[in-house]
Amino acid sequence: MRRRSRFLALMVAVVLTGCTKPDFSDAEKTTIASLALSSLPALKPDTTDRFADVPAAAALGSTLFFDQGMSGDGSISCSTCHKIDRQFQDDLPQAVGVGRTSRRTMPLAGVARDPWFFWDGRRDSLWAQALTPLENPLEQAGNRTAYAHYIKARFGERYERIFGPLPDLSGMPSNASPLGNDAEKAAWNAMSGAQRSAIDGVFANIGKAIAAFERSIEPAPTRFDRFALDLVTGAEPKGHAVFSKQEILGLKLFIGKANCVTCHNGPRFTDNSFHNTGVPPIAGLPPDRGRIDAVRQVEADPFNCFGAYRDGDASACGELRFMVKDAPELVRAYKTPSLRGAATRSPYMHAGQFSSLDEVVAHYAKAAPSVEGTSEVHPLGLSDRERAALVAFLKTLSE
Amino acid sequence: MASIWRYLLAGLGLAALLVGILAVVYLTAPRSARPAGPDVSRTKNTANGLFVASFAPERGVVRLGQLQSWLLTLKTKAGAPVEGAAIAISGGMPLHSHGLPTSPQATDYLGDGRYRIEGVKFTMSGWWQLHFAISATAGSDTVLFNVVL
Repeated sequence: MRRRSRFLALMVAVVLTGCTKPDFSDAEKTTIASLALSSLPALKPDTTDRFADVPAAAALGSTLFFDQGMSGDGSISCSTCHKIDRQFQDDLPQAVGVGRTSRRTMPLAGVARDPWFFWDGRRDSLWAQALTPLENPLEQAGNRTAYAHYIKARFGERYERIFGPLPDLSGMPSNASPLGNDAEKAAWNAMSGAQRSAIDGVFANIGKAIAAFERSIEPAPTRFDRFALDLVTGAEPKGHAVFSKQEILGLKLFIGKANCVTCHNGPRFTDNSFHNTGVPPIAGLPPDRGRIDAVRQVEADPFNCFGAYRDGDASACGELRFMVKDAPELVRAYKTPSLRGAATRSPYMHAGQFSSLDEVVAHYAKAAPSVEGTSEVHPLGLSDRERAALVAFLKTLSE
Repeated sequence: MASIWRYLLAGLGLAALLVGILAVVYLTAPRSARPAGPDVSRTKNTANGLFVASFAPERGVVRLGQLQSWLLTLKTKAGAPVEGAAIAISGGMPLHSHGLPTSPQATDYLGDGRYRIEGVKFTMSGWWQLHFAISATAGSDTVLFNVVL
């Protein structure tokens, strides 16, 4: 008799634990596996930059990344906004360099895997991206001949060991750039074509050194990744990897009813594409139309993949070659950001429009129309409980 | 005491029987409830029946988020290859009101009616459409392929 009651108690226990175990369909498990960091492929070589995986170039790039000398007034480095202890971002709604910009600093984990750079994709390689803030008057506010003189004076030997001999800079103006102020532009135009391309060559190599360093910045495994690995391998999640009921609901919504995974897909939680999601503009900032205006900029960039400073052949230029140049959905379209680490780096969106994940989720649940162009998101009809669950799940990508 | 357990066991037995019956009903029910998806056939007649078009990834597999080459093969109804065709490509995701993330182009003619379509990229899973406007000596026609990932 006692044996029978023990058996019944055991049956009840089995049924009960079966109920609390996360219950995912095979399709859901496939999606969850596709989001796990373990499905991130190895970083591909960048054939447009033959120094991308040269350790000495990465070492010089790391020096330059943290060097405030790499700015017009000696006060700003890449790391001023891309802070090493803050996921390489600055927690500000809009980045502040020499002046105040109109866009949020992007974090750098996994950046070398992006096909497009900046929120609007106005550059097409990591090394071309690194050059842009150097000459932006609101960011590092320098100019390319000044950078070449500075490199020769401070890092000449290191530079030449990696990239070969520096050009003869004697007789070249101290300050000149096609993008600078009137005096710098005039000085640039007075230089010979050979001088200008020699300076551009040094400038491109600065970008390639910084890019070589940035390639080492990769995302780290999170609680979600441990949970996903256990789910897929059938192992019992333990300790930190156990998801609460709320987190499981949030994950199910993320890959289901809330449609987040439509754009935030793959192990980096981004489709690397551009979307208008109805994020409102900020009063007082200059007009910002997103991707539609970036198309001309990347086409005109002399450091783009079709330009003279690309290494390797043009077969690497597919993204630029097959770029969508004119479509209504490019208006106020911005890059899908990775969600890894997002919970601990507010504020959100391309100009820090939202101060918390609750606000972000509320924005997508409501799906307000865009001020210009058409938003791709539709109202979700999420309950308060469901919105809180989504936020709880997002936090597992930062733990 | 013993009789209570007997009743409980009998109850459990009945419940098991019920579950069994339900399982049989569920498993033998016709599968008509499944919604019919879009036509994903890789070979079809063009809209006005001028050509037979086939569309397939050049390397056999579709990879999400990567630029890929596909092959568009054009034949006449009689099976002769269509040469010298001008091909314009558009498309998008009908349920997301956005177009393609890239602008694919016909970049090469490989012979035997086969055209290489470069720059195809699917950035998300779901229902995609690729629309081809084809112009050849035989005339102009269009064809729409659905790709569901």
